[in-house]
Order: sequence, then C-alpha cells, then structure tokens
Amino acid sequence: MPSLGADMEAGTVSQWLVKVGDEVHRGDVVAVVETEKSTIEVEIFESGTIAEILVPPGERVPVGAVLAHVTSGTGHAASTVPSAPAATPAVLPAPVVTAAHAATVDAAISPPAPVARRSTVHSPVLRHLAQELGVDLVTLTGSGPGGAVTRADVEKAAGRGGDGTRRRGRATGKPKSVPPAELQPVTRVSSSPLARRKAADLGIDLSAVRGTGPHGSVIERDVQLAAAPALPEKAGPGTTVADDRAAAMRRAIGALMARSKREIPHYYLSTTIDLTAAAAWLEQANIERPVTARLVLPVLLLKATALAVGRVPEMNGFMTDDAFHPSEAVHVGVAVSLRTGGVIAPAIHDTGGLSLDELMTALKDLVGRARAGVLRSSEMSDPTITVTNLGDLGVEAVFGVIYPPQVALVGFGRVTEQPWAHDGMLGIRPCVTATLSADHRVSDGHRGARFLTEINRLLQEPEKL
Amino acid sequence: MTSEEARQLIRSVLHQVAPEADMDDVGEGETLQEALDLDSIDFLNFVIGLNEETGLEIPERDYPQLSTVGGCVTYLTSTR
Repeated sequence: MPSLGADMEAGTVSQWLVKVGDEVHRGDVVAVVETEKSTIEVEIFESGTIAEILVPPGERVPVGAVLAHVTSGTGHAASTVPSAPAATPAVLPAPVVTAAHAATVDAAISPPAPVARRSTVHSPVLRHLAQELGVDLVTLTGSGPGGAVTRADVEKAAGRGGDGTRRRGRATGKPKSVPPAELQPVTRVSSSPLARRKAADLGIDLSAVRGTGPHGSVIERDVQLAAAPALPEKAGPGTTVADDRAAAMRRAIGALMARSKREIPHYYLSTTIDLTAAAAWLEQANIERPVTARLVLPVLLLKATALAVGRVPEMNGFMTDDAFHPSEAVHVGVAVSLRTGGVIAPAIHDTGGLSLDELMTALKDLVGRARAGVLRSSEMSDPTITVTNLGDLGVEAVFGVIYPPQVALVGFGRVTEQPWAHDGMLGIRPCVTATLSADHRVSDGHRGARFLTEINRLLQEPEKL
Repeated sequence: MTSEEARQLIRSVLHQVAPEADMDDVGEGETLQEALDLDSIDFLNFVIGLNEETGLEIPERDYPQLSTVGGCVTYLTSTR
C-alpha cells in the first residue's frame, strides 16, 4: 500500500484492474485505492508479470503492506526498470525472479532524483514513523523485498501491532467501514468504486455507460454525465457516504496540518507583484486562441514558481530524518478545493519543463480529476512544493500551512487593481499578493525573499515563461 | 435562441462544470463565480461548454457579460 500523501495511514483496495498472469509495465494503473481524501489509481513502479494478489478488494491495510507480487520479466520488460536503481536499490528485484512490492513505494514511485543519496532507502513516511516511535531504522531487519524495512517492521520494533489504523492522532478517526459487498464489481464492466456507488444511487445501469477512465473503465464522471438529464434531485441517498467522506477528510487534513504546525517552524513573507505585463501578455495570447486553448493566469503563476525554484533550491524537496533532501525534479502540488469541502494538493509532474499550453492542459485535467475523485498515486506522493491560489475566492493574500514533508508553500491572492507608482508616475495596475510560507529549518527569510523576488522577476517577462 | 432555451443551456453546461453545485439557489443577477464557487478554470470550462453547444467563439473581453445567469441569457439570445 503506497503512501498517497503524508496524511495517509491506511487505504482500502477497492478494485484490482489486473489479474494474476497479466503483464504490466512501469506506470500502468493496476489498482484503485480509497483513502479518506480521494479515490486513487495506483501505478505500478516495476514492469513484469502479476504473480500473486495478496489483498482482496474491500480490505483496508496500513501503508507499507504488500499488495501483490510482481515477477520481473526478462528482456525488454526488465529493461524498463533501470530508472529505479539510483533511488531504490533496496527494492530492486533480483535478476531472475523474486518480488518487488509496495513496502517502500513512496520512494519507488517517485522519480529517482529527489532523495538518492542515502545508504538504505526508506520512504519519508517510514522514516518519519521510525523517528516518531524512536526506532533506529539502521538496526532493523526488514521483512520486505530485498530486506527492505516495512512499516510493520518499524511498528513491531516499537512494540506495537502492525495495525496502522490506530496510530498517532487517529484515536478518534474510526476507520471508515464500507460493506465489502458494495466494493465488489457488480458487473463485468470495469468501473471505479465511486462510479458504482453513484450509479447505484442514481439507478443507472453501468453496462450502458461509456467509460472514459483507464482501459475504458467507467468513472464517476461518466455516470454523472449519463445521469445528467435525470438529476434534478439533490441530496439523494448518497449523502451519508459523502458526509462520511467529508468528515474523514476533515480529520485527515486536521491531523496533517496539526503535525505541520507542531513540527515545522514556519516563517512567512509577502510581496505585491505588478501583473501589468503578465495580464497584457495573457490577453494577447488568448485573443489568438480558440476558446478551448485559452490560458488562465494561474498557469503563469505555477510556471514562474516552478522556475524560481531553480534559483532557490531550498524551497523544493523534503524534510525527513531531520535533514533536508532537496529535489532536483520540480513537481508543483496544486491545492484544489473540493466543492464538497476539503482540499487536496496533487502534483503536476515536472511543472517547470512543461510549456504553458502543456501546463494548462495538465492543470485542467488535474483539477477535473481531483474534483471527480480520481487521482494517480504518483500525483499524491510526489509534490515537492505546493502552490495555493485563493484568488478566485476574493481574498487578497493567503498564508498557507506547509504540507509535510515539503518545506515551502506559495500562495497567490486575488488580482486587484492598485494605485501603483512606476517611473515616477502614479497609475492603476493589476497586482497580486504572493506569499511564502517556508520551513526555518531549511531556509531563512533572506533566501525566502530571494525566492519571491525571483517569481516576481519571472512574471515581468511572461513571454519567456 | 429563446431565453428559455438559453436558460436550459446555461443550466446544463453549469451542471457539467460543477456537478455538485445547486443551480436552484442561484438568483438571476447573482455572480456565478461567487454563487457556485467557480474558479478561473471552472469558468473557462463554462465558456468552452457554451462554445461547444452554440458554436459561438466567445472572446475574453465578453467574459464580464457572462458573470450572471441573466447576463448569459442576454448574451446568448442577442448574439444570435
């Protein structure tokens, strides 16, 4: 069970999209997992053949539990693995067979760059857990693949059971119990659990719905669309499930934010950025574009943030083991507010490397899927820095709480017209307040200021973004 | 397009953009973005939806006219 976000303790496998004997390739979506926050499509990080599925649908298991065994193939299949070695020597399958699995998925799913230089690879979550329970990871004998230390090992060493659901701060967080029957695929149609629930609520026949999910599976949105004409009713029988989920999400957010405020010595900076150039460029760019290809301002803000990280690397990476591990890759997490309540901040991979058009496409897709409740495992585990944009809700500035183990969060407020002195003249200009919340264990206000200044500088030359 | 057709169209597009939102609570003159909690991407998707349904290439400078249901109805019924 991969760690799909720092606030995740356990997850429920709701569906397998592969069966024993199936050939899989790195990055394929193999299972659907439900957490408090979302329904997540879990990508596999090895290529090979599914040898054994250990956790049946409907079962809730702690992060680190082994979900399935993969036999790595030979020839071309094996050749797709090499991107892993740098980061994950501990979980590499032996040349011939053996299993590679989820024990240290957090590290394994992530691209090799972030935290390569460690003697033994443990996921940030595992290291955090070990630290919290006072367990020295070096002395542990791992029961995972290649001797990798699993969460269960750590908890055993600390004299606790392997039941990840009763860990810190979760005493009140009852594991969400869902009747297993509800999670079994009801027809041959491949569909997400949310879609099935929705379909049941709305009385829709899943086999009649055209799927747009992975492998043509039916996702919630498809059901929603199929039901659109017949959906005048609000607050159907699905409300209870939604309420449960909202409550669980609130608890998960509360636990993570409490941990952030407890552990991270935040400092805050704020600056007002003149957006005249950016707004003019955007307007010009959009005039030439059909409505479907238009850009929105947040795309420029995201790109500028991602590029600014290049100059101030202390903002990008993870604080684990009491040490900062800068990430070479920049995967900006985008805080997406859900209309049903709550917020989720999945990553746009390699944000700085995408063109503005690619970034726009990625952002639209990500926001849509975050709201539909269908995200990828790597999107949940990979953000190296987060951007929150509350401008659309009308506030001028947001001082955010850092998502551990990240070390910085950039906030943008509403674009407002401000009286602005420029070249000795007073004029009215569109402006935005950019804020930075950063980890004092990693950087100081001086570097933070440099970072915000760099974002400002980049936004003055939007054509170069 | 009659104003009733326009109203239907706006409703259905908004429902696609924000399925969770309750259209019944939105007054004719209320700002859509505030009433339905739409962000800039939602609003763009709304415009794209209108474009797909009507074929209208709605320029960005017309966005302010689309900020309310009433405004949208006027816009859709008068541009055609």
